[in-house]
Amino acid sequence: MDETKIRVEHLTKKFGDLLVLDDISFSVKKGEFVCVVGPTGCGKTTFLNLLTRIYQPTQGELYIDGTPADPKIHNISFAFQEPSAMPWLNVEQNLQFGMKIKKIPEDERKRRVERILKLLGLEEFRKSYPRELSVSAEQRVIIGRAFSTYPDLLLMDEPYGQMDIKMRFYLEDEVLKLWKEFGSTVIFITHNIEEATYLAERVLILTNKPATIKENLEINLPHPRDVTSPEFIEIRRHITDAIKWW
Amino acid sequence: MKKDESNIKYVFLTIVTFIIFFLTWQLLAEFDIVGKYMPSPVDVFRAFVFKLSNIGPDGSLLSTNILTSLKVSLLGFSVAVVIGIPLGLFMGWYRLFDRIVKTLFELIRPIPAVAWIPLMIVWVGVGLTAKALIIFFAAFVPCVINSYTGIRQTNPALINVAKTYGASNFYTFLHVGVPSAIPMIFAGMRVALSTSWGTLVAAEMLAASSGLGYMISMARSFGRADVVVLGMVVIGALGYIFTLLFSKIESVINKGGTV
Repeated sequence: MDETKIRVEHLTKKFGDLLVLDDISFSVKKGEFVCVVGPTGCGKTTFLNLLTRIYQPTQGELYIDGTPADPKIHNISFAFQEPSAMPWLNVEQNLQFGMKIKKIPEDERKRRVERILKLLGLEEFRKSYPRELSVSAEQRVIIGRAFSTYPDLLLMDEPYGQMDIKMRFYLEDEVLKLWKEFGSTVIFITHNIEEATYLAERVLILTNKPATIKENLEINLPHPRDVTSPEFIEIRRHITDAIKWW
Repeated sequence: MKKDESNIKYVFLTIVTFIIFFLTWQLLAEFDIVGKYMPSPVDVFRAFVFKLSNIGPDGSLLSTNILTSLKVSLLGFSVAVVIGIPLGLFMGWYRLFDRIVKTLFELIRPIPAVAWIPLMIVWVGVGLTAKALIIFFAAFVPCVINSYTGIRQTNPALINVAKTYGASNFYTFLHVGVPSAIPMIFAGMRVALSTSWGTLVAAEMLAASSGLGYMISMARSFGRADVVVLGMVVIGALGYIFTLLFSKIESVINKGGTV
């Protein structure tokens, strides 16, 4: 159960002379939910883009199951900050998008789509197109699509960045539901400390640019978490203090 | 119920606009306000009825002229679509291909389609091929430019979604780039179609025995302004029918209503 799924070693990224990430190393256990928090502009998104190989690192490497990460070999999913449902595909087809690339057989694809539609309460929207959905419903489709391939690694880049607090809590619960159901390994990037405290089993706190890991904090509270409990508030305060650069 | 009422209102407004347009036209012609060679809508309608069963002054029935022109313009247009759209898409997606082809394309692009007429006569004579080729040159440019721009505007987040799933570049091109470009492709096809009709008159002046452009130029020689305007109206009406047809096809293909 404690096996290492992801190992990041000395990850460094420079854009020209600008050092964005400086020698980041950590590992993630199989099925773990890790949140990465840090001050705005510290390089969180760059960090994720390195993990997905959208960018190549200047130095260092990311290993999944002991081999260098490669989207063509490993099963990586990404839920982006901006709406990224394919506008020309309906909900069912969007959910199948990643599975088709992974060449999952049609029967299995349909079975998974049904499961996700049910879990996310999207059954009545199965034939709807993204433009016909609310922002939160579209985001649920994106999250469902990310889970649909049963990824080795699921990366989420502030997927609820543009939502109000009520919708955030609702969707955070949805993500936890999917995570438990599918047993995926999740790295969730956010600048929202409350969100990180609510979701994560472990929080990686990044420093200001050039980002390094300031603290690796385990959160041993059971889900669902009570945001008003003293333990929750204490952890949130601790992260806030750690993140402060002023 | 409300939608029906609003539809009726818009149909009514369209009809009123038409009536005002034709009345103004009729009055302008009736009192020779623009000039004495301006045919009235009634004259044009008479010419229309006349041309249904008479071959004068150009030697062909209206239906024959329409068919000839449709054949020429649709042939040129279709070839432009079949070659231009994939070319634009490939240029927009593959940088290396773009670098190889773009300079040549940019050199050919500003040349007006009608400037090809003398060369066409020398190369392929004055038949259907020559005319269709001239229309091809006119329609080709908007097809290439729009599909090029359309695919270049693909949302990078959507490309990244496919990439992080491990999709190949060609798969991403086919399943993300091309669908993203569909609205721009259709806009390009609409422009290409109107350019095709616009070039038709010039292409049929090349040498023809029938066709709407030929009918217009012959009618001009014989001083039949009513037939000239009839030719213009028919070209306009055909263009409108094709625009409607394109909108229908687009609404079927582009169900997601991509902007």
